[in-house]
Amino acid sequence: MRRLLSLSRSVVGKKVIMAVSGLILFLFVVGHLLGNLKVFEGAEKFNAYAEGLRTVGAPFFGRGQLLWIARIALLVSLVAHVWAALGVTLASRQARPVGYRYLETSETTYAARTMRWGGVLIFLYVVYHLLDFTFGRLNPSFEPGNVYHNVLASFARWPVSAVYIAAMLVLGLHVYHGAWSALQTLGWHRPPTDRWRRGFAAAVAGVIAGGYITIPVAVLAGVLR
Amino acid sequence: MTSALNARVPAGSLETKWTRHRSEIRLVAPANKPKHHILVVGSGLAGASAAASLAELGYGVSCFCFQDSPRRAHSIAAQGGINAAKNYQNDGDSIFRLFYDTLKGGDFRAREANVYRLAELSVNIIDQCVAQGVPFAREYGGLLANRSFGGVQVSRTFYARGQTGQQLLLGAYQALSRQIGRGKVRMYSRHEMLDLVVLDGAARGIVVRDLVSGRLSSHVADAVVLATGGYSNIYYLSTNAKGCNVTAIWRAHKRGAAFANPCFTQIHPTCIPPTGHHQAKLTLMSESLRNDGRIWVPRSRGDGRAPNEVPDAERDYYLERLYPSYGNLVPRDVASRRAKEVCDEGRGVGPGGHGVYLDFRDAIARHGRHVIAERYGNLFEMYERITGEDPYQVPMRIYPAPHYTMGGLWVDYNLMSAIPGLFVIGEANFSEHGANRLGASALMQGLADGYFILPYTIGDYLAQAKLAPADASHAAFRQVEREVDERVQKLLAAQGRRSADQFHRELGRLMWDHCGMSRNAAGLRQAVERVRALRQEFWEDVYVGGVGADFNQALEHAGRVADFFEFAELMCHDALHREESCGCHFREEYQTPEGEAKRDDERFGYVAAWEFTGVGNPPVLHKEPLTFEVVHPSQRSYK
Amino acid sequence: MDLTLHVWRQAGAATAGRFVRYELGDVSPDMSFLEVLDLLNQQLIGRREEPVAFDHDCREGICGACGMVINGRPHGPRAATTACQLHMRHFPEGAEIWVEPWRARAFPVVKDLVVDRSAFDRIIQAGGFITARAGSAPEANAIPVPKGDADRAMDAAACIGCGACVAACPNASAMLFVAAKVSHLGLLPQGQPERAQRVLRMVEVMEAEGFGACSNHGECMAACPKEISIDFIARLNRDYLTSVFRHQPSEEGPDPAEG
Repeated sequence: MRRLLSLSRSVVGKKVIMAVSGLILFLFVVGHLLGNLKVFEGAEKFNAYAEGLRTVGAPFFGRGQLLWIARIALLVSLVAHVWAALGVTLASRQARPVGYRYLETSETTYAARTMRWGGVLIFLYVVYHLLDFTFGRLNPSFEPGNVYHNVLASFARWPVSAVYIAAMLVLGLHVYHGAWSALQTLGWHRPPTDRWRRGFAAAVAGVIAGGYITIPVAVLAGVLR
Repeated sequence: MTSALNARVPAGSLETKWTRHRSEIRLVAPANKPKHHILVVGSGLAGASAAASLAELGYGVSCFCFQDSPRRAHSIAAQGGINAAKNYQNDGDSIFRLFYDTLKGGDFRAREANVYRLAELSVNIIDQCVAQGVPFAREYGGLLANRSFGGVQVSRTFYARGQTGQQLLLGAYQALSRQIGRGKVRMYSRHEMLDLVVLDGAARGIVVRDLVSGRLSSHVADAVVLATGGYSNIYYLSTNAKGCNVTAIWRAHKRGAAFANPCFTQIHPTCIPPTGHHQAKLTLMSESLRNDGRIWVPRSRGDGRAPNEVPDAERDYYLERLYPSYGNLVPRDVASRRAKEVCDEGRGVGPGGHGVYLDFRDAIARHGRHVIAERYGNLFEMYERITGEDPYQVPMRIYPAPHYTMGGLWVDYNLMSAIPGLFVIGEANFSEHGANRLGASALMQGLADGYFILPYTIGDYLAQAKLAPADASHAAFRQVEREVDERVQKLLAAQGRRSADQFHRELGRLMWDHCGMSRNAAGLRQAVERVRALRQEFWEDVYVGGVGADFNQALEHAGRVADFFEFAELMCHDALHREESCGCHFREEYQTPEGEAKRDDERFGYVAAWEFTGVGNPPVLHKEPLTFEVVHPSQRSYK
Repeated sequence: MDLTLHVWRQAGAATAGRFVRYELGDVSPDMSFLEVLDLLNQQLIGRREEPVAFDHDCREGICGACGMVINGRPHGPRAATTACQLHMRHFPEGAEIWVEPWRARAFPVVKDLVVDRSAFDRIIQAGGFITARAGSAPEANAIPVPKGDADRAMDAAACIGCGACVAACPNASAMLFVAAKVSHLGLLPQGQPERAQRVLRMVEVMEAEGFGACSNHGECMAACPKEISIDFIARLNRDYLTSVFRHQPSEEGPDPAEG
């Protein structure tokens, strides 16, 4: 615990916390995608999957218990991720009180430069996303338990789909820099494979963003109905 | 002073002198060491290693450097390597052979016992540096690699790519940093020593200027160590860093330290030729290039063809022709002089005919491009960056440039100068290299002095010195501080029309022409007159600008140039008095029919140590005879 | 060639600075960038104006003294090149050039283009060394070092401590500098005994000096005149992480050898 505390006090340590919490959130994003893609198997199977999230772990866990454990873990990760990001950002802001007239960049990527604002956008989108699909407040015809219906109802309106697609592109960028950055921050490097790390991160980010985007596209195109 | 010139070489056979001396000199008890304070001026290989080692022993140490960090001392620029008689290559090397090569390379103008000690300690240096984490080049089996270097026939040079000086310096800097972190050394970066304070006949402190605030302050100690490097910048254009200067040792000389062999200055053969009047300094390329590169000029004068268009039959590989057994690996002085000679004949290449080719065509054909790239890649890149030419395709052009000064403050076997309590180490002293330094020996000497010699010998002095307590408020310190301040104010008050830089260029040109690669009596006499006149002009017509109590780089430079002006005269005097040619000191009047240096051991087999008698007054010569117990001086031959 | 220079002038740490415009003629393409500043300074002295202060020493790209941001890039537009080795043939005729000092809280401006980089020294003092008393070293060939390790240690050790990495980093982070030293010593067998405490102490001091955080932009590597790779930063991170959890600090006390 003492060591964890000393880790949290240092900026390098905060980066580690950001990387670990980011990886947990990343695993959620992957799992969520795999689940969501079941939408292509039809209403019955998709709704059964949604129900299964609540009953998984039975009989050892009661209904929804495991889901809540996962939600709490995600919430803790999110808080840690944001807290670390704030700490790191603050340290960096303070590190250069007088700015350059102009500083050219060459190595950095658009993804790297937009991590902070991208994170904020993703957070705002997640709030909207929860209000839409989990709490149903912003869904045009929310039916508890009929997840398939809720998804189609929402994505049928093109502005919602557009915002979703945009959010997934932002997520893709965030995951691209995040994944490569986490490998770097956690020190997972071996000299001969170093040059593959960026490619790996790009592939993962592309699959995630692309995978999610197929759903609203399929709804708008009438593939899912 | 004559008595002070006792070299104090211990008795006994050459091989046992140092061991015996070490066992017999006085020691300072561990409990007493913290009571002694030592000032180390300079943080290069010699200074940093000395400051770190003295602090390890328990002495109180303050270290000074004019750079913004001790890591930037000019030792960092040494490229090629460091010699050590490890005989790892099984090619017949030995301590005696390294000793002999160094003494012979120096044309028998160095003290035999000192050189032997240096060769002896060379092996310890490598051990020490490896333990510190210096990443020397290694073979595939994990053991240390070696290469051969100019002037010798064995492979005994250890190297870290082309950055050996940097890596050795970082090792010493890190050892020093450790002591700074532990509070055992107080480091004063951006502080320049401007004078030495002598009290009751012993060196007791220095006056420094804080280069950021301009404030002068005094530092008191039981002993002062100067590790302030060489004075090649007297030529203005040299391979030394812009900040290198003679000030510290010149001020010590003016306070009573004898200056030995000031005319022994080395001109390095492999530098990138200057391109124009704007040139601020010259860039050296490692002499290791001569291992694989072949030096040539066209046979005929004024051959305007591109180098690759000159057929072999019309090329003159003049070093291979003149010196069949050493070829391109002859010592630096010989290589430089021969380059100047072919250029003077009108066969030089490049702008102004100031250059000869260093060609890798044959080496690339023999070993392949990748091997050459592995050996010299960073040097080739550097050359291309500066000249815009690709040495893999077009031969390099090289020309000699001032590089190292063998002369320096006179020291005895204990590295103590003529002023008790003033020790001088590294390039700043005169001791080991005689009239010419062999490649990869400067790093060796700096580290031997700092890690392994001074830490012992300074104890011998401190153990017996009877020093009265003193502090910076003592009248002697106040007086020196006042003198330093007056000089600073005088520079600022001149308010003339020319910058110190312009004067420095003029002085450099003068010294290069008359006291450079070759010298003659008429030229030297003329130079003395010109230096005097120019010095007077300097003090009347220099413009510095700004104020003393500020970060003022023009003022720093002006102060250094002022000292070069005083020192230049001594250098010419020494060159004029030494009526022989030896090593880098080539007097045109004294040469063999083949144009080789003609030594005169009868008349000049001594160290010329000069005593200061006032600016503009003729210095007084003291001779330390060089006696050779083991080696018999011979005519150097590299044929 | 003719040039227009806009040079940052600042009298001291406590005063505000500004760009001053200078027209410069008769510049040779063979000049280095620092020789252009020399030329400017000679003209300023001729006009009895104060010359531009800038750090420089070896002018061979190895001492690390020089450093300034030239047209938005530390050490100027050429890769693997320090300002002293940057030649004017790489600029077009009539170029307009903006020159600024390194900007970081940990590198306060001393004057004009000169900054105080002593924070780097303090990081090294905290642990950037191998403790090896003079005289106690074992025979140099007693411990073989695989050539690959020695070569990579040398890649890291090539750092010249110029501070371009900090200057280029959008966060003014010093991670590349620290990583280079930690990796240089950590890759060698001689560096193992102090490996954990070295990285912990160096990182601690680095952060106390006020450098920013590494966000893995890679700008440091692009600006580094010695092209030191950010792979060493990954190595530093791993060393740091394992050291935080595994290192058993020995009792703090005086050096055992010195009592």
